[in-house]
Amino acid sequence: MSVLVLADHDQGVLSPATARIVHAVAELGTVDILLAGENIAAPAQSASTLAGVAKVLTAEGLFVADSLEMLLSTLTVRYHYVVASAGSVGKDVLPRLAAKLDLMPVTDVTAILGPNRFERPIYAGNALQTVASNQPKHLLTLRASAFRAAATGNAAPIEAIDTSGVSSAAKLIASHRTQSETPDLATAQIVVGGGIAVGSAEGFQLIESLAKKLNAAVGATRAAVDAGYAPNDWQVGQTGKIIAPDLYIAIGISGALQHLAGIQGAKKIVAINTDPEAPLVKLADIALIGDLFQVIPQLIAELDKIGLKR
Amino acid sequence: MKILVAVKRVVDHNVRIRVRPDGSGVETNGVRMSMNPFCKHAVEAAVQLAEAGQADEVVVVSIGPKPATDVILTALAMGAHRGILIETDAQLETLAIAKLLAKITAEENPGLVLLGKQAVDDDSNHVGQMLAALTGRPQATFASEIKVTGQGLEVSREVDTGRETLSLPLPAIVTADLRLNTPRNAALPQVMKARSKPLATRPAADFGVDLAPRLVVEKISPPPERVAGKSVGTVAELAAFIAADISQMEAL
Ligand SMILES: Cc1cc2nc3c(=O)[nH]c(=O)nc-3n(C[C@H](O)[C@H](O)[C@H](O)COP(=O)(O)OP(=O)(O)OC[C@H]3O[C@@H](n4cnc5c(N)ncnc54)[C@H](O)[C@@H]3O)c2cc1C
Repeated sequence: MSVLVLADHDQGVLSPATARIVHAVAELGTVDILLAGENIAAPAQSASTLAGVAKVLTAEGLFVADSLEMLLSTLTVRYHYVVASAGSVGKDVLPRLAAKLDLMPVTDVTAILGPNRFERPIYAGNALQTVASNQPKHLLTLRASAFRAAATGNAAPIEAIDTSGVSSAAKLIASHRTQSETPDLATAQIVVGGGIAVGSAEGFQLIESLAKKLNAAVGATRAAVDAGYAPNDWQVGQTGKIIAPDLYIAIGISGALQHLAGIQGAKKIVAINTDPEAPLVKLADIALIGDLFQVIPQLIAELDKIGLKR
Repeated sequence: MKILVAVKRVVDHNVRIRVRPDGSGVETNGVRMSMNPFCKHAVEAAVQLAEAGQADEVVVVSIGPKPATDVILTALAMGAHRGILIETDAQLETLAIAKLLAKITAEENPGLVLLGKQAVDDDSNHVGQMLAALTGRPQATFASEIKVTGQGLEVSREVDTGRETLSLPLPAIVTADLRLNTPRNAALPQVMKARSKPLATRPAADFGVDLAPRLVVEKISPPPERVAGKSVGTVAELAAFIAADISQMEAL
């Protein structure tokens, strides 16, 4: 059996999600990775070091969903599985490719139970669905946060593929990337999340300073994002990013079920909230009832006192 | 321009669902149902384009059992002009849904098809993309802004790493994200008026589409439950917990 993994990358960096996808599918067969896009030399190099990778294919160019579908459909004939992470690129193109091939995809997979059995959450993670597929090929997106990363040390060959004849009707005319020095939200070990109670973009700097202290990624609720306090790519939840950190620190977040959908995989949850009745307070491993504007500076000072370094 | 909007009837997004003990599914009997929130944003966007004179007709289509008429009426009350119910009692997979929508798209020939980016029941996030493939049209998923520009559209969309803008020639397929707009609540007179707008019902079986499922759903189970922890009284205790947790994490 052979597997093609569509890698995520941005601004010349391979997404940490890709190592997790590769590890997750390694048992299904030999894994080739496709890197499609601009600025792919460095990410292709990183991809070639991942354990279990047989070959890295590179397709240089600017791809959007329709051209990426075209590119993938020419490659797909050779593979039993086509897999992407359940990020925005995978969500955009995998269902499109599936319909083109008259296949039903299985997306947002959180567990691979066998060569054709998969588990995926439904209803914002309030139920888990186990599906079996007897189709000739399997088109999957996986939630990177549910899997561990592949080791490195490999040196798989890198091979450029021909993209002539691939075109798209849609054109990318502008992109705005959020610059951030914090770790990748979707795969971070620690995430500090802020809600609407943080009150402003400046307030989020307080959240960021705690995150920096802990070498954590920053997350936000939809309410905080909609209010303009945080960029949309920080949004955690049913319609934002799904995260599974070892530690999630939720600050001024009520715990609406759409937000909880994004953090179900968190190993430990800490909640800081003024309301002892907030659903997230009730669910947390440790909760502190208090005003975030007092608690966070004190917490940073206490962590300094303990001498915590990360 | 004609706009076709697809809407889905789902368990209301505020309802905390219950998994049936026998694993056969999620309890929907006696549970409040309503229009999928993302579909509401799609309807609102279509109606706003019509109000701005950029669309002349908004046709809504829903695929589902008879009671799905309710969500079509909601869309008509919001300002859509005409409704189509493709009636079926079967639980259709997204591929079958997309094939039925492709048939309606071929019949109606809209310049733009708007859909919600995902349904809050199966959380699939497939249908717009599949419809785009089946009709050979360009797509813009997760739209947070739509601008009509002469022969095409400019759509801003939310992606993992920020935002981007696509330019699409028409006809095109766009799926709505929550930030696209704030859906209106139709006032009573509009709700009454909606009942007199045209609404056609057509059996799904009449479309000549293979509706058989491709996947076998073996079971539906509840997610593992979290055990509630405890409250601490001081920031020092909280800091100690965090530090201990991190050192344990790093020891692994
Ligand atoms: C279809 C749909 C999809 C959605 N998707 C998502 C999603 O992906 N992600 C998401 O997050 N939401 C999502 N939502 C929104 C969700 O339902 C909630 O509205 C949102 O999560 C609430 O955000 P919040 O906790 O910041 O705000 P609130 O619910 O208003 O909670 C604020 C909390 O802050 C506490 N607080 C107030 N002041 C302080 C203070 N000084 N110090 C400490 N605590 C304080 C309050 O006690 C309260 O618990 C979605 C909604 C819909 C309808």
